[in-house]
Amino acid sequence: MSQYPGARGLAFKEALLWERGRKGRVGISLPERDVPRSELDAGLVGDKPELPELSEVDVVRHYTRLSTWNFGVDTGTYPLGSCTMKYNPKVNERTAGLPGFANLHPMMPEDCVQGALKLMYELERDLLEITGMHAASLQPSAGAQGELAGMLMIHAYHAHKGKQRHKILMPSTAHGTNPASAALCGYVPVPVQLSPDGVVTPEAIRQVMDEETAGIMITNPNTLGIFERHIAEIAEIIHEKGGLVYGDGANLNALMGYADVEKMGIDVMHVNVHKTLSTPHGGGGPGAGPVVARDVLEPFLPVPRVKKDGDRYSLSSDAPLSIGRLHSFFGSFAVLVRALAYTRTLGKRLKDVTEMAVLNANYVKAELKDAYNLPFPQPSMHECVFNDALQHKQGVTTLDIAKRLIDFGYHPPTVYFPLVVDGALMIEPTETESKADLDGFVEALKTIAEEAGTNPEAVTNTPQNTAVIRPDEVLAARKLILRGEMPR
Amino acid sequence: MKTFEELDIRKDLSYAKTHEWAKMTGNLVRVGVDDYAQSALGDIVYVELPSVGTAANAGAAFGSLESTKAVSDLNSPVTGKIVAVNDALSDSPELVNASPYEDGWLVDIEVPDSKEFDALLKSDAYSEFVKTLDDEHS
Repeated sequence: MSQYPGARGLAFKEALLWERGRKGRVGISLPERDVPRSELDAGLVGDKPELPELSEVDVVRHYTRLSTWNFGVDTGTYPLGSCTMKYNPKVNERTAGLPGFANLHPMMPEDCVQGALKLMYELERDLLEITGMHAASLQPSAGAQGELAGMLMIHAYHAHKGKQRHKILMPSTAHGTNPASAALCGYVPVPVQLSPDGVVTPEAIRQVMDEETAGIMITNPNTLGIFERHIAEIAEIIHEKGGLVYGDGANLNALMGYADVEKMGIDVMHVNVHKTLSTPHGGGGPGAGPVVARDVLEPFLPVPRVKKDGDRYSLSSDAPLSIGRLHSFFGSFAVLVRALAYTRTLGKRLKDVTEMAVLNANYVKAELKDAYNLPFPQPSMHECVFNDALQHKQGVTTLDIAKRLIDFGYHPPTVYFPLVVDGALMIEPTETESKADLDGFVEALKTIAEEAGTNPEAVTNTPQNTAVIRPDEVLAARKLILRGEMPR
Repeated sequence: MKTFEELDIRKDLSYAKTHEWAKMTGNLVRVGVDDYAQSALGDIVYVELPSVGTAANAGAAFGSLESTKAVSDLNSPVTGKIVAVNDALSDSPELVNASPYEDGWLVDIEVPDSKEFDALLKSDAYSEFVKTLDDEHS
């Protein structure tokens, strides 16, 4: 296994903070009291919570040691399907850290922030250039909020037309957030079945589309990594019945420079800048999920939006039909700086990004097609989906394969999604992996497939190289321990 | 997950296509999930059941099963009133896996008549249905 990045190094054990702590230890010494003592309100007095007592160095070592157990895109190949875990170029960080950007205050007068507003305006232009759409808003602060914004816009559109609708079409390859966003707008998701070759067909849409249906939420390429080749015809059917098309932009990395979202018939789409435009995945933290729209939906875009008048930029909320604000101020501005740094570093070569992303996915697919079952062998875009059908007979599941891959030094792919594939292993290498890195990853997966045949325990009893080996997920879920305790 | 041949589908029970079993005694219908459901879900870690006295509607959710893989709705095979729930499951959700037809039962529903119960699938028809699912997945 020496050719793989996974290896044993000196990994420090680390106890829980409660176990590290000792009574009376403190991180800082408070100065002596110089005011008269005052008794607390009796109602506020009670048993103190059992918090660990620690020195500064205890805390620093604790978190530094835990950080060495991390795996990220800066550590190695991270082929988490549908997440586009591409490397985040350091020039983005450098740019976002420039004092002129980093020290901005959101309440500064417009005259003092013309550069920042220009940056936002130009990022909007770039997003419109990439997608072919008409207007953009940078308000949403995450992909899922962008999705919700898009659905609120569709909802506002129907309300403005004078007749609200109550259903929304949802292909079985949708991201899990899609039905949630639609439900928040009061729409009931209506499932759309997939054709045997893994796409939505005009026939399937005709069967379910009616004038009670607000539209469709569709991802292209879909979560099987297959291009929805009937998209334009599907959009036509939706539009004929007065509906609108929401395009989930999660897989935009497969389209840049090659496909025009507006020509596909999409009316509104969000852009995951953390996927396609290399800003960091927030881990639930601040992100950005701008929305782009066709002209009919522009009046409904969230505000404030950046306006350009001659050489002067301003923020405008003058849009009576707008769905309004999605949060205070103007979004996660530093993330937008990173996104513009990326589009301007690459320019027209964003097209190369898409080419390389699609090439890498198809390379991995071709290399692994004999080792793993491929439920949908149709041509892939930026990701491909295998499953554990060949390994299952030996008692080796997708979860085991994913855990074993950790021993080799690779982050596992997405598992058990999309739901249309039983035991899915969804691989999205992205364009940032070199052929050498992909070859290592592919060899590791081939080795695991061999092990599954000859020595299944080598796969099921894993990972072994990690500081913490496989947790007992069932026991952990059944006997939840959510609170630290001092050792007795 | 078990193969079709490994599944234990009881002859004396009736079934819904959403994989709940039902057994009628007097005007009470006892409901649980079958061997297919417990095997497909994997280790159950939490069972959410309704309070006694609430209404159950045929085809609608009355609770949910949480496994390490997913949370799945429990659909009522009949319409009526919940008159008993299996309290043992709050501390021992694993009973649903270990004994889906006996100790892992879920609720008792009082029904006005046997019409809905009679319309449920009998074990032979249900076996045929499960077999088609098994074929799809292999």
